Amino acid sequence: MIRIEHVSKAYGAVRVLDDVSLTIPAGGITSIIGANGAGKSTLLSVVARLLPADAGRVTVDGLDVTTTPGPVLARRLSVLRQENAMSVRLTVRELVAFGRFPHSGGRLTAADRGLVDEAIAWFELEGLADRHLDQLSGGQRQRAYVAMVLCQGTDYVLLDEPLNNLDMRHAVQMMRMLRRMTTELGKTVVLVVHDINFASAYSDRIVAMRDGQVVAEGPTAELMEPAVLRKVYDMDVEVHELGGQRVGVFWS
Amino acid sequence: MTGPLTAPAAPQVDPARNAGRRWQVLALLTVLALVAAGLFLTVGVVGSWEFALRMRSRRLAAMVVVGVAVATSTVLFQTVTTNRILTPSIMGFDSLFVLIQTAGVFWLGAATVTGADPRLRFAVDLVALVGFGALLYRTLFGRSQRDLYVLVLIGVVLGTLFSSLTLLASRLIDPNEFLTLQDLLFASFNGVDPQLLTLSAVIVVLTLVGTLRLLPRLDVVALGRETAIGLGVEHRRVVNLALLAVAVLVAVSTALVGPITFLGLLVANLARQVLGTHRHAWTVPGASLLAVIALVGGQLVLEQVFGFATSLSIVVNFVGGIVFIALLTRESRL
Repeated sequence: MIRIEHVSKAYGAVRVLDDVSLTIPAGGITSIIGANGAGKSTLLSVVARLLPADAGRVTVDGLDVTTTPGPVLARRLSVLRQENAMSVRLTVRELVAFGRFPHSGGRLTAADRGLVDEAIAWFELEGLADRHLDQLSGGQRQRAYVAMVLCQGTDYVLLDEPLNNLDMRHAVQMMRMLRRMTTELGKTVVLVVHDINFASAYSDRIVAMRDGQVVAEGPTAELMEPAVLRKVYDMDVEVHELGGQRVGVFWS
Repeated sequence: MTGPLTAPAAPQVDPARNAGRRWQVLALLTVLALVAAGLFLTVGVVGSWEFALRMRSRRLAAMVVVGVAVATSTVLFQTVTTNRILTPSIMGFDSLFVLIQTAGVFWLGAATVTGADPRLRFAVDLVALVGFGALLYRTLFGRSQRDLYVLVLIGVVLGTLFSSLTLLASRLIDPNEFLTLQDLLFASFNGVDPQLLTLSAVIVVLTLVGTLRLLPRLDVVALGRETAIGLGVEHRRVVNLALLAVAVLVAVSTALVGPITFLGLLVANLARQVLGTHRHAWTVPGASLLAVIALVGGQLVLEQVFGFATSLSIVVNFVGGIVFIALLTRESRL
């Protein structure tokens, strides 16, 4: 369980997070939605201790993210940010193997190697394992990064816009894999996502943010309501039931 | 873009064979370094062998100490800045050294500076350079962790400022004193004080031992701050320790023989290129060996071919630059 208590964060005079309190239960996919600048990525960064909060406290299974030693937390919680430009040239296998760093400290055991192979197989990257990241398409690279995060073997996985730069097919593929990670491996996945229909189709819970505050949260079905979406995005979104999914039509 | 199904088959590389190849490269570099050292010690000896060997081995030792210091500091610096073009010399280190020497000659006179106890001069240089480095890095990295461009900008501006002050002072001083000053400013292994050499070697070895434990974590730091933190590395701590090591290593080598950090850019990138990895356990020894080869080989050419008619930096940069460009064009990308 991720518990966020009264977290605030300001960049200069701009308050990006304004006294946010939120509990994300263990298990399943939780999507964080909201307009640009609502504070979604900042919240994710604070939870992943990439950014220090100005006030408040975040605990993951009772571990305070600011005081828990890095390696201990890195065995419990992994994170993938949006931009992952790297100055070093790595093959897919080398990148995925870095996921074992919190466990191995850089010296891979036979068991670690097995887990690296498993993560590569999970994301169907076997044929690309020895290629350099700069030789891959955006979608392949994104899968390689998520494979690294999976290889880290943490109960909690935080992803900042994992669907960025992915076409429909690869976006769906990615969401299915994240889904499988929760059902087959029992992970808790928290992601920031822009497309409300991806959030609707694949997540168990939705957290909606606006102006640095959580304006609504709950099971997906409760959140996919025109009234709620109007409050979040300040625009009218029709919601239709289509093939058992709630679909927001926002191209009016 | 090609999808996963249509992608051309990747060349299969066996990791064990990779490591084997890297050992071969390191072994080859070691042999080259030893050959260069052997040639340096023995070619063209006239008169007393004992005297020649004693003088030459001292210079050789200085080159090894400086080579290792410059190579290691550049590799570490590029890792913590996640940039493969930045070097400590771009950050104004060399020009600060030049400024200190010039200021000394300007205010105290050439006679006082050259006549002073070399240990005192070494100590002053060392303290000033480490102090400068620590201050620069601490303020820059302390304020914001990711402002690489601000860091570069400030480094370049400071470098230019130091150079301009040097230029101003050197215009104002007596022409005779200026000649003495110029001697101080060229990187030279000829007049290295044996006591300072021992002291420098001890400092470099201690610093290397200290950084040894950091190497695996530096592999992760090279992935960028956020990835490193996500993987449980205490980024700020590792970066601070690495920068401290960089400041000490650069200061030692510069104070010992003068501005020589130009070498770092070349050997750090060359090492990554020939070893095909960015892992510090490989690149630090690889770059160090390359630096020793470049310095000893360069000095050999300088002494035996040109009869000291040019400077070491010109020889090393000319040959190294050609090798580097050749490697780049062959592989077409870094």
